[in-house]
Amino acid sequence: MIEVRDLHKSFGHLKVIKGISCRIAPREVVCVIGPSGSGKSTFLRCVNQLEQVDSGQIFIDGQELTNPRTDINKIRQQVGMVFQLFNLFPHRTTLQNITMAPIHIKGMNKRKAEDMAMELLRKVGLVDKASVYPAQLSGGQKQRVAIARALAMQPKAMLFDEPTSSLDPEMVGEVLAVMKDLALEGMTMVVVTHEMGFAREVGDRVLFMDEGLIVEEGLPGPLFDNPQNPRTKAFLSKVL
Amino acid sequence: MHAAVLNVITGMSIYEYLMDIRGFVILTSHLGYLLEGALLTLKITALSVAFGMLLGLIFGLFKMSGSRMLRFIAAIYIDFFRGTPLFVQILLMYFGVLPLIMDKPSPIEAAVITCSLNSGAYIAEIVRAGIQAVDKGQMEAARSLGMNQVQAMWMVILPQAYKIVIPPLINEFIMLLKDTSLVSTIAAEELTQRGRLVYSTYYEAVWVWGGVAVIYLIMTKVLSILGDYAERRLATE
Repeated sequence: MIEVRDLHKSFGHLKVIKGISCRIAPREVVCVIGPSGSGKSTFLRCVNQLEQVDSGQIFIDGQELTNPRTDINKIRQQVGMVFQLFNLFPHRTTLQNITMAPIHIKGMNKRKAEDMAMELLRKVGLVDKASVYPAQLSGGQKQRVAIARALAMQPKAMLFDEPTSSLDPEMVGEVLAVMKDLALEGMTMVVVTHEMGFAREVGDRVLFMDEGLIVEEGLPGPLFDNPQNPRTKAFLSKVL
Repeated sequence: MHAAVLNVITGMSIYEYLMDIRGFVILTSHLGYLLEGALLTLKITALSVAFGMLLGLIFGLFKMSGSRMLRFIAAIYIDFFRGTPLFVQILLMYFGVLPLIMDKPSPIEAAVITCSLNSGAYIAEIVRAGIQAVDKGQMEAARSLGMNQVQAMWMVILPQAYKIVIPPLINEFIMLLKDTSLVSTIAAEELTQRGRLVYSTYYEAVWVWGGVAVIYLIMTKVLSILGDYAERRLATE
């Protein structure tokens, strides 16, 4: 589904990603953990080219994103992204946030798009907020709308960039619950997260990143209970 | 003239001077004439604002474009029109540039063209600042949904930027309305030029120029009230 080969990325002189390769299978849920500054978010943002890579290749469904001839907009339509700070469109209602891309990019008719948006709102438990503007939503509600907005393009995979990191603690659960449902439905997901409980319970595989490299990866159980690399051990001893 | 000179010589107080019935009669009897001039001022301003916004949007986007060429063109345009006096631009346009490209340009055409180009340069900077004030995450969210640069700009960024842009834009309109007085120099018969014509007939400086000033003040005040209203409406949306 997603394949990354020897990815490098730097900002100025700072090397953030120093050669990452990985494959993510269809229906797989991969959680990326690691200390801040380890390049997790940058890695995720490279996967749908919000950051231009210095070198390396990225394939999604066999199409090479890093090839300049690839229509990046077409591929982004197939990969949903959820941001730490939600990034809902404040000048549009919840419903319009969700229908904007399907109507204007996919050319879906308005009625159909709205029906689908209501269905998605039902899924994330926010039907009653359809006509409300983002400013009137709580953080957890905003993030659930953001997930619905990404799902409205019927993506083949979803990328989550620390989706609960800017939420008040009592709202983390409602967002994780939605993500868990999504995982159970078989969505391919890459989740950068600090929620170790979620990674352990929902993740099929965990990648531990540090200083721009994947230091250790494996099934969540063994990786959390019996980390092999000293850096993984040091990190987990601090957060668990 | 005689009245004014006499008043100074005889040492009438300002109060007495203002009570001088001659100046009052001249102003009121030429009020319609001056207001026609004010109407032309408004027309020149409105047209220049409309064209200026279009130019400002285009060159503001050029200034932020990925293309070095477009950025260069925008920089030259903005530098020239912000870096030289409007007065000089009007003279250059009316006597120099326009005669080369059109037959007998009218002063009003020259006024609208010059004021549009001038305000376009200022508005380009306002547009650029407004767009850059929109959170960077908005563009990323739009692009992540598969919108191209133009779609994201049109559907997501600009609708948010225009609220930010309204106050400085109103400010620019007010400046432009006042600056149209400079086109009196090429004898476009707007408010200032008509004031000059009335003044040079009767030499009632305080009454005539005072009246002209008050008419400008009313126009700019109405503009700023409209601006406040627009700002409030947008804020509550």
